Amino acid sequence: MIPAGFEYHRPGDIASAIGILQEHGDEARVIAGGHSLIPMMKLRMAEMGHLVDLQAIDELKGVKIGSDTVSLGAMVTQHEMITHDGLASAIPLIREAALQIADPQVRYMGTVGGNVANGDPGNDMPGLMQCLNATFELSGPDGNRSVAARDFYEAAYFTAREDEEILTRISIPVPAAGVGQAYEKQKRKIGDYATAAAAVMFGQGTASVAMTNLADTPIWSADASTALAGGDVEGCVAAMLDAIDPVADNRGPVEFKKHVAAVMLRRAIDRAQSRAG
Amino acid sequence: MNDQTLTPEERAANLKGMGCARKRVEDVRFTQGKGNYVDDIKLDGMLFGDFVRSPYAHARVVSVNKEAALAVPGVVAVLTAEDLAPLGLHWMPTLAGDKQMVLADGKVLFQGQEVAYVVAEDRYIAADAVELVEVEYEELPVITDPFEALKSDVVLREDLEGQTEGAHGPRKHHNHIFTWEQGDKDATEAVLAEADVVAEEMVYYHRTHPCPLETCGCVASMDKVTGKLTLYGTFQAPHAIRTVVSLISGLAEHNIRVISPDIGGGFGNKVGAYAGYVCSVVASIVTGKPVKWVEDRMENLMSTAFARDYWMQGKIAATKDGKITGLWCHTTADHGGFDACADPTKFPAGFMNICTGSYDIPTAYLAVDGVYTNKAPGGVAYRCSFRVTEAAYFIERMIEVLAIKLNMDAAELRRINFIKADQFPYQSALGWEYDSGDYHTAWDKALKAVDYDGLRAEQAQRVEDFKAGKTRKLLGIGLTHFTEIVGAGPVKNCDILGLGMFDSCEIRIHPTGSAIARLGTISQGQGHATTFAQIIASEIGLPADDITLEEGDTDTAPYGLGTYGSRSTPVAGAATAMAARKIRAKAQMIAAYLLEVHDDDVEWDVDRFAVKGAPERFKTMKEIAFAAYNQAIPGLEPGLEAVSYYDPPNMTYPFGAYICVMEIDVDTGEWEVRKFYALDDCGTRINPMIIDGQVHGGVTEALAIAMGQEIAYDEMGNVKTGTLMDFFLPTAWETPNYITDYTVTPSPHHPIGAKGVGESPNVGGVPCFSNAVHDAFRPFGLVQSHMPHDHWRIWKIANGLGMHG
Repeated sequence: MIPAGFEYHRPGDIASAIGILQEHGDEARVIAGGHSLIPMMKLRMAEMGHLVDLQAIDELKGVKIGSDTVSLGAMVTQHEMITHDGLASAIPLIREAALQIADPQVRYMGTVGGNVANGDPGNDMPGLMQCLNATFELSGPDGNRSVAARDFYEAAYFTAREDEEILTRISIPVPAAGVGQAYEKQKRKIGDYATAAAAVMFGQGTASVAMTNLADTPIWSADASTALAGGDVEGCVAAMLDAIDPVADNRGPVEFKKHVAAVMLRRAIDRAQSRAG
Repeated sequence: MNDQTLTPEERAANLKGMGCARKRVEDVRFTQGKGNYVDDIKLDGMLFGDFVRSPYAHARVVSVNKEAALAVPGVVAVLTAEDLAPLGLHWMPTLAGDKQMVLADGKVLFQGQEVAYVVAEDRYIAADAVELVEVEYEELPVITDPFEALKSDVVLREDLEGQTEGAHGPRKHHNHIFTWEQGDKDATEAVLAEADVVAEEMVYYHRTHPCPLETCGCVASMDKVTGKLTLYGTFQAPHAIRTVVSLISGLAEHNIRVISPDIGGGFGNKVGAYAGYVCSVVASIVTGKPVKWVEDRMENLMSTAFARDYWMQGKIAATKDGKITGLWCHTTADHGGFDACADPTKFPAGFMNICTGSYDIPTAYLAVDGVYTNKAPGGVAYRCSFRVTEAAYFIERMIEVLAIKLNMDAAELRRINFIKADQFPYQSALGWEYDSGDYHTAWDKALKAVDYDGLRAEQAQRVEDFKAGKTRKLLGIGLTHFTEIVGAGPVKNCDILGLGMFDSCEIRIHPTGSAIARLGTISQGQGHATTFAQIIASEIGLPADDITLEEGDTDTAPYGLGTYGSRSTPVAGAATAMAARKIRAKAQMIAAYLLEVHDDDVEWDVDRFAVKGAPERFKTMKEIAFAAYNQAIPGLEPGLEAVSYYDPPNMTYPFGAYICVMEIDVDTGEWEVRKFYALDDCGTRINPMIIDGQVHGGVTEALAIAMGQEIAYDEMGNVKTGTLMDFFLPTAWETPNYITDYTVTPSPHHPIGAKGVGESPNVGGVPCFSNAVHDAFRPFGLVQSHMPHDHWRIWKIANGLGMHG
């Protein structure tokens, strides 16, 4: 658990950070809260010559609550998301999901940007952001661009972000009044990734359904969402079970995970429905 | 000080002696970050060691190339078996009569085995250099299943090839270690053949790991000027380590000082000797500089001593009314690549022969076959006396299986088979003499406390509701009545490497009436400094707050065999009381001299000797202590101190009645402990608060083991659970509330009647949680299912019983 040597950088703005990434290419990586990257470095499964710490960049901070859109800086911690009352009233689903991430110590450090950008299929925020139809804002040497959360994930740890880009902010449309929201997660213990987790928005004739840790990317299913929007819960579950592709691991065999996926999804739907106006 | 207005009860309370819930004196430093653990030790010029470990579970080591590593600035040395061989230190003896490679000698036998030891000026440089040591391996077939090992042509231990005799008798196969038999085989088989009812089941107790918060480590410091080696380490038995180091290194024992500083939990993991200790000592001798080695969490889980891994095939015979007539057990014990069990020499399967449990079983037979596989060595007593959790789990599962076969309530089946209070001392069919017990009283108290009949009625209703589709949750009621065997032990039958398992205490009273006591044991969190001072306080009438306790420094403490297997209170606690009594005997003579009466004319009164019939004429222990140093008393040496080496006449047999009420979600396999009631009888209770703490900790570790914790391997011998993400260590969130209770049945042979308690909750807790899971599914046809009962395995039970539609 001793990492290899590296150069440490702490740029003060996004342009400088991108400059360092450009200079060192795939030798450099950005670090936000570090709760995924540092363990990997200590295991020497991730080795890089240059570590670019984003904590001094003010542009990456802050929660902005608009009437239609919520904007989260990439360096907003899970703790901030949990304790931000404006966020909780605009999109209660975020607090509910953030409370299911790891433990309080991790949540003080772990950031929303790191959680969504890392591409770890175990992370809770990617599926949540797909459910919420969030947009990720990226800055790179060629300027800024936006990528929908639903288009961002390509495979485990592979995303639409280029090596020299930094995920800067997340824009989330505020759900319409009366849309019920629920996050349901089964895990083995505090601090664990999900055995299966479901993010559901349901009500006012709309629905959005995404699941976590049941494939090498988060799974948002258009078919499942459409079925649920039409009130067809069984159709929604069937479509989602079709879309996921879990693998056996210490959490259990595939048939168990599929069963639990359906249970989590049904429970999230029930709860979202009970909260819908 | 001589206040005569205080009643004897008030004076006794001021001592904070036995029975007092005295706060732990250790916690002042632990809660302020002022503990002193091995990794806190920093010596001038200290070097750091780190291991190159095998990624393979079974492979030939073709070559080790150190050149690139040695070229790194700051790297001092890279040791391999070849370097240690001239010193005869490439192998070391294990505590179980086997030998173990210190560094890979031609092959590796488990993933994570030590292959080379890098020594560098800096911890980071050492880790960098480890990456640069090039090892060429040739993979060999891997065996992770002990039953397959006994059939396989693959020879794991080529060094033992052709040896048909091992440390514990004949070897039946090249991967076989020993067979250990207890009891009467023929008589037991005859009972089984004639019995009304025989229940038979395979009970597997999976491999797990003690996982102390602090991992294993040491600092070896050879002073080339004085020729003295100081070895700081996470040792549960520092004195035995000193002797072992002397025997295997050839250094004279008086030139070795072993120090166990604060230890962050042991649970059996820190009893044995590890390659890191040997390599650090060698490196320090070679370099003349101190060398520190501290393993990380993954190294701890994958390479230092595991626990359990017993496959226990059982048969239990009974009359149709439920009176048990016989018990048969054949255990296949997976010891991994080397037999490094930490058991008394004559007990290669520990005290597994306590497996008749709390029951009066007239005829029994036990056989244990030890087997080599491609897994890490160990087999330590993880928060239990030697293999006692295995034994308790076995009998408590067999009782449940028998209850199913008899269609009988498992609480009633236990009650009619308990050893009765008037049968103690009780001679068990497998060779033990239980010292004392009153199982019926404890059992009835426990059942009443949880309203057992009410719970059964609720469970019956729940089954109806489930069948009617009104709920998806089941209710399980887990029962356990366990009997521990702790306090190894009598020197006549218990030794480790030939060292008798006595223990010791030395007490010195200072002139002003305070004291220091030193013991041969070493606390790893048990609170010895608190409780042993309480024993002394009650025995000699000086306040516990005025008594310092020291352990763990072999240059100052008297020799003892250390702390594991709940032996400290039964053995060292007895030595403490006996040493205190020697002091009190001398104090009586001093008091009589000061009071100008005959020795027999004074009597002990809490904290003083008083003239018989004239209680106003007395000398307090404080006055007596001063007199011991300033008076010339005819016929008495000056000073007031004593030492006792205590060889217990028998083990002690704590017991308990545990009941767990568990809710189980059949759709997700999730569980919730609604109630956990733990009644412990550990004989005389020294500190009720520490007992509660021990029970809380032990039951929590039991919860972990029963409900998810395991060291699992894939078919290639890769450890699948090598981090705390996958190795279940409960947090406050997963830990339920516990209700503790007690009865008191003193040990008749222990000076203060105490029996030991630290490990009882693990021994009783594991079967209690497991029985709760089984009990929830019993109405639906489940007989036996293996631990750990994690979500998917519980789900699989429900799925197998057709509960998912």
